[in-house]
Amino acid sequence: MSVLIYAESPGGQLKKAAYEAVTFGHKVAKIIGTPHVVALTIGKVEGSEVLGKYGATKVLNVAHEGGFDSQVHTSIIAQVAAKAGSKVVIVNHSADGKSLLGRLSVKLKAGSVSGINALPTFEGGKLRATKGVFSSKAFATYEVKTPKAVFSLMGNTLPPEEVGSDIAPENIAVTIPKSRIVVIKEDRAKGTVPLPEAELVVSAGRGMKGPENWGIIEELAEELGATTACSRPVADVGWRPHHEHVGQTGVAIRPNLYIAAGISGAIQHLAGVNSSKVIVVINKDPEAPFFKAADYGVVADLFDVVPRLTAALKKYKAQ
Amino acid sequence: MKLLVCVSKTPETTTKVSFTDGNTQFNTSGVQYIMNPYDEWYALVRAVELKEKAAGSKVTLVNVGPASNDSILRKGLAIGADQALRVNAEPSSAYFVAAQIAQYAKGMDIVFTGKETIDYNGSEVAAILAELLDLPYISYATDLQVEGNVATVTREIEGGKEIVKVQMPFVVSASKGMAEQRIPNMRGIMQAKRKPLVVREPKKMSDPVSIVQYTLPAPKSAVKLVDPEDMDELVRLLHEEAKVI
Ligand SMILES: Cc1cc2nc3c(=O)[nH]c(=O)nc-3n(C[C@H](O)[C@H](O)[C@H](O)COP(=O)(O)OP(=O)(O)OC[C@H]3O[C@@H](n4cnc5c(N)ncnc54)[C@H](O)[C@@H]3O)c2cc1C
Repeated sequence: MSVLIYAESPGGQLKKAAYEAVTFGHKVAKIIGTPHVVALTIGKVEGSEVLGKYGATKVLNVAHEGGFDSQVHTSIIAQVAAKAGSKVVIVNHSADGKSLLGRLSVKLKAGSVSGINALPTFEGGKLRATKGVFSSKAFATYEVKTPKAVFSLMGNTLPPEEVGSDIAPENIAVTIPKSRIVVIKEDRAKGTVPLPEAELVVSAGRGMKGPENWGIIEELAEELGATTACSRPVADVGWRPHHEHVGQTGVAIRPNLYIAAGISGAIQHLAGVNSSKVIVVINKDPEAPFFKAADYGVVADLFDVVPRLTAALKKYKAQ
Repeated sequence: MKLLVCVSKTPETTTKVSFTDGNTQFNTSGVQYIMNPYDEWYALVRAVELKEKAAGSKVTLVNVGPASNDSILRKGLAIGADQALRVNAEPSSAYFVAAQIAQYAKGMDIVFTGKETIDYNGSEVAAILAELLDLPYISYATDLQVEGNVATVTREIEGGKEIVKVQMPFVVSASKGMAEQRIPNMRGIMQAKRKPLVVREPKKMSDPVSIVQYTLPAPKSAVKLVDPEDMDELVRLLHEEAKVI
């Protein structure tokens, strides 16, 4: 018996989300009572021995050329799961992970729960896992009725922990089916942490008046090392790229800190962000609904306050 | 082209969520329902656009749900789908829904879903369907162009996008950008009344997972207001009290 974690490595680089998933898998293994925590990488990858440090007891690599294809990757992961006798398979709740989850559930005959946000429980031989539903307006606990389970793990659920030491990766041979997809181009924002994984997020809305004013938001984000986000109308009119749109019909996030400037806090916006651990709202309207969901609030003109906050952070970091 | 669009019914976005029966059932009383926005705005509209460009194409809608879902299907027909099929069952899990739909998806060139439903946010039906049908699956597509039997699809990935080419048949889930919302016009609504809507009974199967408990987030304590003149204080609170920086 084992827990298998698919450690994503876009562009040959392991992501923080992969470390999180391995530490999470290490804890799940304890819960279900197995010492075997297998981390799998696919394709060329650098530095996968550190997965041992984050909790893997075995690090496997399947050699593979070519881009992501949910069908091919599912086949690879399922073959490794069979060889490793995996009872639980964990993927990230990422673009790739989400397209693997349902496929894996069919291939492994394993019940699936998507976007889980806490460690599962294991009682009477049954796994139970919790996820956000109604766009984070509530949570639902699912019981898995099959002997095997597959989960996708929401970003930033538990931090990666150094619980072991480096392990040399081993190659494992599997049959790789022919892909019916050709990846012709991949564009990733360089340098910044993608939104679903970000611990710190600075977000702005229509209160910004226009795209030319976003400099102060970017400066604040840079000072914090945060990722930028926006409300839906701002993405709709093209002030900001679509992938920054958070909320019920955008990306759902749960950073440690969410700073919202010039966003009213409509129910559809809150739906995607109210799982954030700490929310700071900057709005000149004291009646803005967002203050009801906030931990800290500043009632003021964002054009004054945001640069002042950036300066205060600079001062704090210098100390 | 034969195009299948999977649509679901979800609570309207401003719904206040509550539960009954010891927090084991979603409280449906007073809830207004809509077609899941991703299904309607992006998947369905793109399918209808493709049909309009390729003579002889047909758009079929499919839903797994009770008779009250017919209004959603009629709306989809008014937007431009040609026919609709409802599998008469409670959609009790993503696997159940996908397995019902799979029976009617064979022979389709493109199977569309929305990127997720806004109630259970699973994003699973399309992937399960693709595996059951042994088809390629492109998730979170923001653009889809067809030439002959090859499609070029742009999909969202973390902080960016990826462009892929795929041969039909395939499954695709639609995200924002794929199309623009269409409001059904009077003519569409009238025509929709005469378009075929067939109902089929479900194939029996058990759910691999089920919901045993709902919980609501703990209520937030009152917001702490910080003096706008004193951002040092906000930084101090974030560091010392909230411990997030
Ligand atoms: C089906 C559906 C789905 C939706 N999905 C989403 C979603 O996923 N995400 C989302 O964000 N929205 C979504 N919406 C839209 C949502 O209802 C709101 O319209 C939207 O969130 C409002 O964006 P906003 O807060 O940027 O703008 P507004 O509501 O216009 O708010 C701007 C705020 O800025 C403040 N402000 C203005 N100037 C200043 C200043 N100088 N300093 C400080 N504060 C200032 C104002 O007081 C105001 O509170 C959805 C709507 C529908 C119907």
